[in-house]
This record gives sequence, structure tokens and C-alpha cells, in this order.
Amino acid sequence: MTQNHQLMAAGLHLGYADREIVSDLNLNVPAGKLTVIVGANACGKSTLLRGLARLLTPTKGAAYLDGKPIHQMPTREVATLLGVLPQSPIAPDAITVADLVGRGRYPHQGWFRRWTPEDDAAVAEALGATDMGELADRPVDELSGGQRQRVWIAMALAQQTDLLLLDEPTTFLDINHQVEVLDLLTDLVKERGRTVVVVLHDLNLACRYADHIVAMKSGKIVTEGRPVDVMTEAVVREVFGMTSRIVVDPISDTPMIVPIGRHHVEKAVA
Amino acid sequence: MTAIDTSYIAGVRRQRESKSRRVTLGLVLALVLASAAALTLGDFPVPPEEIIRSLFSPLTGLTNKGVDFIVLQVRVPRLFLALLSGAAFGLSGIIFQTLLRNPLASPDIIGIAHGASAAAVFCIIVLGWTGLAVSLGAFAGALLTAFAIYILAWRNGVTAYRVVLIGIGAAAMLSAVISYLFTRARLFEVQQAMAWLVGSLNAARPGDSIVLAAMLVVTLPLLIILVRGLDGLELGDDTAHALGTRVEQTRLGLMIAGVALAAFATAAVGPVGFVAFVSGPIARRLMGGAGRGIPQAGLVGALVMLVSDLLAQHALPNMQLPTGVVTGGFGAVFLLWLLVVSGRSGRVN
Ligand SMILES: Nc1ncnc2c1ncn2[C@@H]1O[C@H](COP(=O)(O)OP(=O)(O)OP(=O)(O)O)[C@@H](O)[C@H]1O
Ligand SMILES: [Mg+2]
Repeated sequence: MTQNHQLMAAGLHLGYADREIVSDLNLNVPAGKLTVIVGANACGKSTLLRGLARLLTPTKGAAYLDGKPIHQMPTREVATLLGVLPQSPIAPDAITVADLVGRGRYPHQGWFRRWTPEDDAAVAEALGATDMGELADRPVDELSGGQRQRVWIAMALAQQTDLLLLDEPTTFLDINHQVEVLDLLTDLVKERGRTVVVVLHDLNLACRYADHIVAMKSGKIVTEGRPVDVMTEAVVREVFGMTSRIVVDPISDTPMIVPIGRHHVEKAVA
Repeated sequence: MTAIDTSYIAGVRRQRESKSRRVTLGLVLALVLASAAALTLGDFPVPPEEIIRSLFSPLTGLTNKGVDFIVLQVRVPRLFLALLSGAAFGLSGIIFQTLLRNPLASPDIIGIAHGASAAAVFCIIVLGWTGLAVSLGAFAGALLTAFAIYILAWRNGVTAYRVVLIGIGAAAMLSAVISYLFTRARLFEVQQAMAWLVGSLNAARPGDSIVLAAMLVVTLPLLIILVRGLDGLELGDDTAHALGTRVEQTRLGLMIAGVALAAFATAAVGPVGFVAFVSGPIARRLMGGAGRGIPQAGLVGALVMLVSDLLAQHALPNMQLPTGVVTGGFGAVFLLWLLVVSGRSGRVN
């Protein structure tokens, strides 16, 4: 489990049709760490994640998994090493929670090896980790938005890959479940030595949980590193175009970003 | 975070599997009963024990010329044709409906059946063809239409929505072509073309079933291989890709299989309406979330076709209806029901 797999991008260009979104990006995802990608809407976070996960073919450059261009590796083999939760997956009508989570076992099942106790155990563990056990036989389309989000996280967990990329796994979740998901991801990193990359919008949670934070703007990395080292008022202004104050998180001693906005400028400066 | 017992999850999964088995078994049972009825009923009723004797007569040598002719030369070919074409329509329908995530996306709605029809009418009226040649023409028409829809819908990949819209457009256009051809035809040809268009098993010949059976033997293994890819494809292209599915290849393969099934079935029995359209949703309802219901949709298709054909033959005294008239009526009722149900629950299917 701890044979850390190495994911990186070199000179990566990504785009749709003839529009370039991510240009000449270099990134080394630290193995066995939790990396968080932050940035404004439409800056290319999802696009980058899709490129890293071979869901989008680069126009130039490449993403590499263990030194091999990930696009040229057999997709099934990649799926046993790297799991992805896209930003907007689709649930088929009437599918049950356990069935959907079980789909995460797909890359582990071949022609002759269909369903094994190991698969059941993986599904049970994923459902337990996401607090979805009691809903195992319920149809997904009868769940709340947050419950649905946790089903998808469970599906990605059931894939049991060393590398896990998640695009905004905490949207739709209440504050308690947001923290629980991030705690869970931290467990995966700390206890099992997994490598996790998450896109997050909540900067304070990002700073608290990230071992490594990547701030993006217009398809480029503005800065990356430990949150204490890189999250400054200047960086927040550059990335989000917003003035803020940075204080110390009383719980974790990490940076805490307090936005200012137009109506509260005086007070903040005073 | 709570620990979940593995045996509980295994139990939930087994429940799902056993529901799926029960549905399959029920459908097979219904098919057996309907098949028995199809062999027994008719102007010349044959009692069950006579049917069994007759079916085994090539082996046992216990023959009875008159009965054997009716059973082996008339009813068995018709039964086989109904079962095979119904299964092909049902499978083809659910493949398209699943791939395109839309219950309207069955081949008899998105123009593929219309392509077969337009080609057949062209062959009958303009070329003066009959019999097997018309079937071949219909087959070519179905393939050509499917190909054209795929090309027109392609823009960096195909999306369900575009395929459905373009397909419905193609269906309307091809219907217009058929109407135009009718205006140019003589009465006899119009009658012949109309008979083909309604779709019927009246002209069942042993050869039709053999061609269809051969084609199912080729297509089914391909389907069995590809259908597993739907585990991922159903969740959207990105998730499918992430799970290691070969997205484009699987989708194209499934579409080819779906088109081939629809094309062969249409070539054999004509565009028998609505069988492809109703089978998938019926199978899904029977399964109630216990699975995708692909094999079950094939069974439902066979059952719908067979029962419709029985009704067509025996419902009215002294008169045989074309099978397509019955399935058409059945399909219309079903469509209304689907609209009412989806109107109530706010979603289709
Ligand atoms: N499938 C697509 N086809 C064409 N353009 C796309 C596609 N997906 C994204 N884009 C464009 O690429 C740009 C970056 O999108 P991306 O989804 O990567 O942003 P993001 O940083 O993830 O934003 P958000 O925070 O809103 O999720 C946007 O301008 C978007 O319009
Ligand atoms: Mg995004």
C-alpha cells in the first residue's frame, strides 16, 4: 500500500477545441501527502485534474504516472492505481447506493473474477467511512444532495487506489460533513500513505488540511508550497482579486483568510 | 464514520441478484406459456401432447403428416420468428435507451426503423423488388440511416441529446420520403408496401428465423463483452474513463450492435412498431433498481412480440390483423401511461 506512486505534469497544455485553458504547467504531486488546488471559478482546476487523470488528452506536454506518460498507459491499469471523482458525475435512474459504490470495483474485476468477498469488504469499508451504511439499499435519486455527494466519494474510495483525485468533494456538504470528508482524506494519507489531490473552494479548510497547496490563476500555477509559507494577502489578492486579512487559525496555527469586501473596508483597515 | 459489516453489504448485493433472477425466471416462464399457446391455438387446434409428439417426430419417427405440417412448417417458424425478432428489438431498444440516457431514444423513434422502411418502400415501388431482396434493402437502409445520424450528431464526440434530436428529425424526413414514394406508386405496389410497413409475421418462412438466429449468435457474445462497459458509461464519460472503461470504443461497439439488432429484426418482420420502445422501460420497472435489465429487456421484447402476434391472429374472429397493428396500439397506451407516470413523479423512466 505504501509503494508511493508518483504523479507529475511537465509542460502540460490542456484545452477544449482550440481554446487553451492550461498552458505549460509543471507540477510535482508530493507522494504520500494531501495536496489541495485552489483558484477562482473557471481558472482551470477541473481541467488540470482531468489532464492529470488522463480524462483529457493534452495538446502538448504530458502527465506522468511513475515516469510513464499516463495517456499511453493501459487505462485499466491506471484505474487500479489512480481514482478520480469528477466534478459532476451522473447517477443512472433507480440505481441503489450499494450498487453505485460497487461500480468502483470495476477496474479490479476481470472476465473471470467477478464479485468476491474482497469487493464486498471494499464497499462496506467505503460506505462506513462516508457514513452511508444505513442507506446501502436505497435508490440514489431519493437521497439529499449531500448524501449523494458522499455516495460518490464512497465509490472513489471503493476503488482503493494509492492515488486519489477529487474535484470539489465537499460541495453540497454541511460544515460537519465537510470536516469529516477532509478528516477521512487525511486518514488515508497519514495512516495508509495514500496520495490525495483535492480541489477545494474553502480556503480556510484548504490551508488547515493541505500538506501542499497549489494556487491557480488563468490556467497557471501562481504559487505552491506549504500553506503557512505561501498563503499571503498578496497571493489571495492575485488569485481571487480580493483584499483580505490573514490571521492565524486558533485550532491549527495555519493561515486563516478573512475576506474584506466593499462594505467593511474601513473597519478592517482600522 | 461507522464500521459496516461486510456480510450486511454482501446480503444487500445478494438480494439484488436474487430479485434479478426472479424477474428473469418469471419472464422465461411467461415465454414458455405463451409459446405453448402459440403452438396450440389456431383454426386447427393441436392438443399439447400432439405438439410434443410432433416436435420430437424427427427423432422418434412417430409422424402424422397433417399435424406435423401445421406444427413444424407453420407454427414453429412463426413462433421462432416472433421470439427472435422480439428479443432483437427489445435488446436494441434498451441499448440505445441506456447509452443515450433517454427512454425516447429507441431505434423506432430515432429514425433507424424509418430508414429501413424508406429503403424497403423504395425497393418495392421504384425497383419492383419482392421478398428477401426487400429485406436486404431494408437492412441497408437501417445501417445507412444510423451512420448518417451518427455523423450528423458528431461534434467532438456524440452526445445523447444531439442523437435524439437529429434522429427524430431524420424520422420525420424519412416519413416524408415514404409519403412521396406512395404518391408515385401504382395501387398494387402501395398495398404491398403498406403490408410491409405495418410489420407482420404472416409471411414467416423458416429461412427468416435462421438468418436472425445466426445474427443473434454473432451479436450476443459481442454484447456480453461490451455490456459490462456500461457499468462505467452509465456514470458519465469522465467517471467511466476514470474507472478504466474504453469509453469511445465501448460506446461505438454497443451502437453497432444495437443498430445491427434493429436492422436485422426490421428486415425480417418489418418495422413492427414500439416493441423496441416499450421493452426497456418495462424491464426496468420489473427490475425495480435491481440492475440495468438488459437481458430482461430482450425477454420482454420476445414476450411483447409473441403476445401481440397471438392477439393479432386470434383476437378477432375470422380476421387476422398484422402484428404491427397490435404492437402499435399497445405502444400508444404504454406511451400515455409513461407520460402520466412521469408527469406525476417528475421524471421519465
Ligand atoms: N467540456 C468543455 N468544453 C469547453 N470548454 C470547457 C469545458 N469544460 C470547461 N471548459 C472551460 O474551461 C475553463 C476552465 O474550466 P474548469 O472547469 O477547469 O474551471 P474550474 O477552475 O474547475 O472552475 P470551477 O471552480 O467553477 O469548477 C472555463 O472557461 C470553461 O468554460
Ligand atoms: Mg471545476
